[in-house]
Amino acid sequence: MSSPATAQETRWWNGGRSPFNLEYGKLMMWYFLMSDAFTFGAFLISYGSIRFSQNFWPDPNVVFNALPGTGHMNLPLAFVSVMTFILIMSSVTMVLAVHEGHRSNRQGVMKWMLWTILGGIAFLLCQAWEWHHLITGEHAVLADGKIELIGQTMGGNPWGKLIDPAVAQQALATSPPEILAHLAHEYPKEGTTAALDALEKMPANQLLGMIDMEHLHIREKGPIAFGGYFFGITGFHGFHVFSGVIINIVMLTMAAKGVFDRRGHYLMIEKAGLYWHFVDLVWVFVFLCFYLI
Amino acid sequence: MDQQHVTSEVTFHHHVPGPENVKRIWKIFWVLLIITVIELGLGLFLYATDFPHSLDLAIKGVIVILSLAKAFYIVSIFMHLGDEIRNMIMSIVVPLMLFIWFIAAFLWDGNSYKNLRNTYDKHFKERTEQKKDAGKH
Repeated sequence: MSSPATAQETRWWNGGRSPFNLEYGKLMMWYFLMSDAFTFGAFLISYGSIRFSQNFWPDPNVVFNALPGTGHMNLPLAFVSVMTFILIMSSVTMVLAVHEGHRSNRQGVMKWMLWTILGGIAFLLCQAWEWHHLITGEHAVLADGKIELIGQTMGGNPWGKLIDPAVAQQALATSPPEILAHLAHEYPKEGTTAALDALEKMPANQLLGMIDMEHLHIREKGPIAFGGYFFGITGFHGFHVFSGVIINIVMLTMAAKGVFDRRGHYLMIEKAGLYWHFVDLVWVFVFLCFYLI
Repeated sequence: MDQQHVTSEVTFHHHVPGPENVKRIWKIFWVLLIITVIELGLGLFLYATDFPHSLDLAIKGVIVILSLAKAFYIVSIFMHLGDEIRNMIMSIVVPLMLFIWFIAAFLWDGNSYKNLRNTYDKHFKERTEQKKDAGKH
């Protein structure tokens, strides 16, 4: 901060200087981010509007309960906590890079930019795993009196209301053996584990006795808008992370080549930093709207 | 260190930050982390307990306020908006006030649509309404 006297004597609106005391590029980055905030805001508010119009909405603790390498363990919100932590961490390394840029310390800028890029890539990999897990998941749903195995896609999702156990039992009794073989494979009763191809040769009534009904939760299909909003909004955010990583790689390369040293300032790092922090800021609200409430 | 004169538009520069700036960054990191842990705790608390709907909404309200606090810290400290001059801050913050109407109007609208359907479409109501614990894993 300059001394208060300078700020008071400066005639901000007389022309020849920025009334905001900012150079053009940075100011425009701010205005771009503001418009981007309205884009994201519109998406999230549209989601909220649809959600408020429904009597039932999937419980995030039911949808997001998987962690890589833990199989069917019920670990609500564990993986998304990791993702959130990665993004906060990469925001910190970014602001440290900006700090070193103020001091015109090239080595420092490069070190922290590299960590920021790694954080961004780690986040994207997490998101790829999460999407893959949701899309390829096989969850039993009861639709039109038949048991189906579906994942979460734009066309439907398995996160509806839980089916009454008696009704579920009845639906299972009339299900084809392929479905029962899958269920017996995914939810085996104690001591009945068998390979999928062995199960597929068994008759239906034998398979029925091998399914662990305690842990098999059969639901209705969930509200159809859930998948589209989830993939649309987290995808749009993921695309921002991706483009942020690209921008950061360009900045790292420029710093390494000494472009900013020749210019005499590291203002480009600040602009890239603004974008990166915005990505973190959006995640705060995506995290809030999809995972927490 | 004399900060380079970048462009003629810029009247004065913020002084070159020292170690106290790094300290502030890490402090905000811990603030963000702790708020996030509290949010997660409240989220899991909602899952583990079986409160009446109104108390659930109150807890969700607390989570929303905590998220707004995180947004404030990110914008003000990490993006250095808090260090800019007042004219600049206002040109960003005032347009964002539109969100107050935007959120209220559209959530209200969605809610009103639900109430109308529940009133006039009993089939919709029966098919989709449920007790809270029925959605549990």
